[in-house]
Amino acid sequence: MSKIGIFNWHRLFKTDKFYLLVCASSLFVLIILFAITVFLLFSAMPALESSQTGLLGISWYKSSEANNILDFCLPLVFSTILSSLLALVIALPVSIGVALFITFYAPPKLAAIASWVIDILASIPSIVYGLWGIFVLCPFLNVFTGNLISSPPRVLFTLSIVLAVMIIPIITSIIRDIYTGTPHLDIEAAYGLGATKWEMIRLSVLPYGAQGAMSAAMLGLGRALGETMAVLIILSPGRSYSFNIFGVSSHQTIAGNIAAQFPEANSLGVSLLTVTGLVLFIITFLVNWAAKKIAKSGVANV
Amino acid sequence: MGQRIDVEHLDVFYGKFMAVENVSMTINPNQVTAFIGPSGCGKSTFLRTINRMHEMTDKATVKGSILLEGRNLYSSEIDPVQVRREVGMVFQRPNPFPTMSIRQNVLAGIKLNNKSLTKAQADEIVETSLKGANLFNEVKDRLDSAAIGMSGGQQQRLCIARAIAMKPSVLLMDEPCSALDPISTLAVEDLIYELSSNYTIVIVTHNMQQASRVSQRTAFFNISDVGKPGRLIEMDQTTKIFSNPSNQQTENYISGKFG
Ligand SMILES: Nc1ncnc2c1ncn2[C@@H]1O[C@H](COP(=O)(O)OP(=O)(O)OP(=O)(O)O)[C@@H](O)[C@H]1O
Ligand SMILES: [Mg+2]
Repeated sequence: MSKIGIFNWHRLFKTDKFYLLVCASSLFVLIILFAITVFLLFSAMPALESSQTGLLGISWYKSSEANNILDFCLPLVFSTILSSLLALVIALPVSIGVALFITFYAPPKLAAIASWVIDILASIPSIVYGLWGIFVLCPFLNVFTGNLISSPPRVLFTLSIVLAVMIIPIITSIIRDIYTGTPHLDIEAAYGLGATKWEMIRLSVLPYGAQGAMSAAMLGLGRALGETMAVLIILSPGRSYSFNIFGVSSHQTIAGNIAAQFPEANSLGVSLLTVTGLVLFIITFLVNWAAKKIAKSGVANV
Repeated sequence: MGQRIDVEHLDVFYGKFMAVENVSMTINPNQVTAFIGPSGCGKSTFLRTINRMHEMTDKATVKGSILLEGRNLYSSEIDPVQVRREVGMVFQRPNPFPTMSIRQNVLAGIKLNNKSLTKAQADEIVETSLKGANLFNEVKDRLDSAAIGMSGGQQQRLCIARAIAMKPSVLLMDEPCSALDPISTLAVEDLIYELSSNYTIVIVTHNMQQASRVSQRTAFFNISDVGKPGRLIEMDQTTKIFSNPSNQQTENYISGKFG
């Protein structure tokens, strides 16, 4: 049987129908990914080639007071990464806690219900979280921050909480599956030494799940980076490199900016937005690549 | 120093299923006691009740009592976690903590008890425990490398070192050599024999040569039928059990005749 690369020509020509179908669909996905990349590059060209004078013709580029395209993109990149990282910092400990609770502490019935709720939450569309953010979380936070910052607090801090809530279910459900698979041998090793449940978790479960938790976190991060609706609804936009997460009108993310400007953009404007989209594409690609790497090195260690 | 164990009328249940019925025996201190018997007769189940490890299994319960030097392990004021610190366990397959170094593995149990260990104290414990497990010379140059990089036999001796680092009075071993090659098995058997001067050791084994090589006393368990509870049939000096058992079932088992 001749095997060339991933294809098995012998099977292909024997018209194994299922094999044909599988090959065709994976090829299809690859072609689409390639087409998207080409399309993005192609439509980003006009903006990349345009002079500063040309770009100044775009009203929102002009009002951004950027000196060049890079100067325009970087504050967006900064806010995108800041809000997502903050969301991850909030979401990861919560997710680990919930996953541990479900796996090791909750009585079986409660664990089953909690698991089910988590899986449901993971499938709720993001606009629902956005609306929850503006109608429930904002007024709630306003009670505490009313006199200190804008009311309602449409700031990066609020956004990060909403993003965190949004990615907690997916991270939790992945981590839960990993913790559930902790080898019995490792668990007994800890208990056999006289570990309490919490000590057993520290000795056996957390080290076993560390790499998986890391790659779950990266997947969550990828989601937060690309989130659009919640940003659009919650954040009052601005451009700065400010770490003041309570600062009003000082942040805007890439996805939020695209959604906000797209309806009014002329063709060069669309091209400029595409450039920012391309940057986001690269960032998420890097994050996913890191997630895969971490996941792989985990398997190698087991 | 090893401690004496008295088991009195012990029944073990998994839910409603009675797995072990009415075991009474005395396990002598500073000796090796072997448990033998056909598969499914409840050797592991019974062994795990001696340090209350069975409580890690859902629905496993016991009736009766086990006295460690006169103290009932099942009385209400006894903390099962404390029991497991005094009664160590070695499992069928070597299970060092995979992400830890050799040194960290030896110290894993100690650190639960004693958080503020000085480096000198820790080094001392690592060295004596590894020496106690006949492993020190083989690994002294790579104490900080990963434990899973060792051979199976070395890993099992590391698990024994990890257990004796806790200075237990009793060591329970459930088929500790069944995953090892003959050479490693001999190394572990020698070790068990040496350890018996300081610890009370209980070992479950399917290998009758092993039982006669390492143990002073042997207990034979049997099961009358599938779904019936396992029972202690006979317990005596190992030499007596293997040369001249008093019970016909024991005789049949050791001579390879079943039923
Ligand atoms: N976790 C469990 N839940 C329910 N029943 C169990 C459990 N573990 C063991 N049993 C049952 O208890 C009985 C005794 O099992 P045990 O593992 O103690 O036998 P064993 O003598 O150690 O056998 P082997 O020599 O094969 O290891 C068997 O009938 C077994 O099916
Ligand atoms: Mg067994």
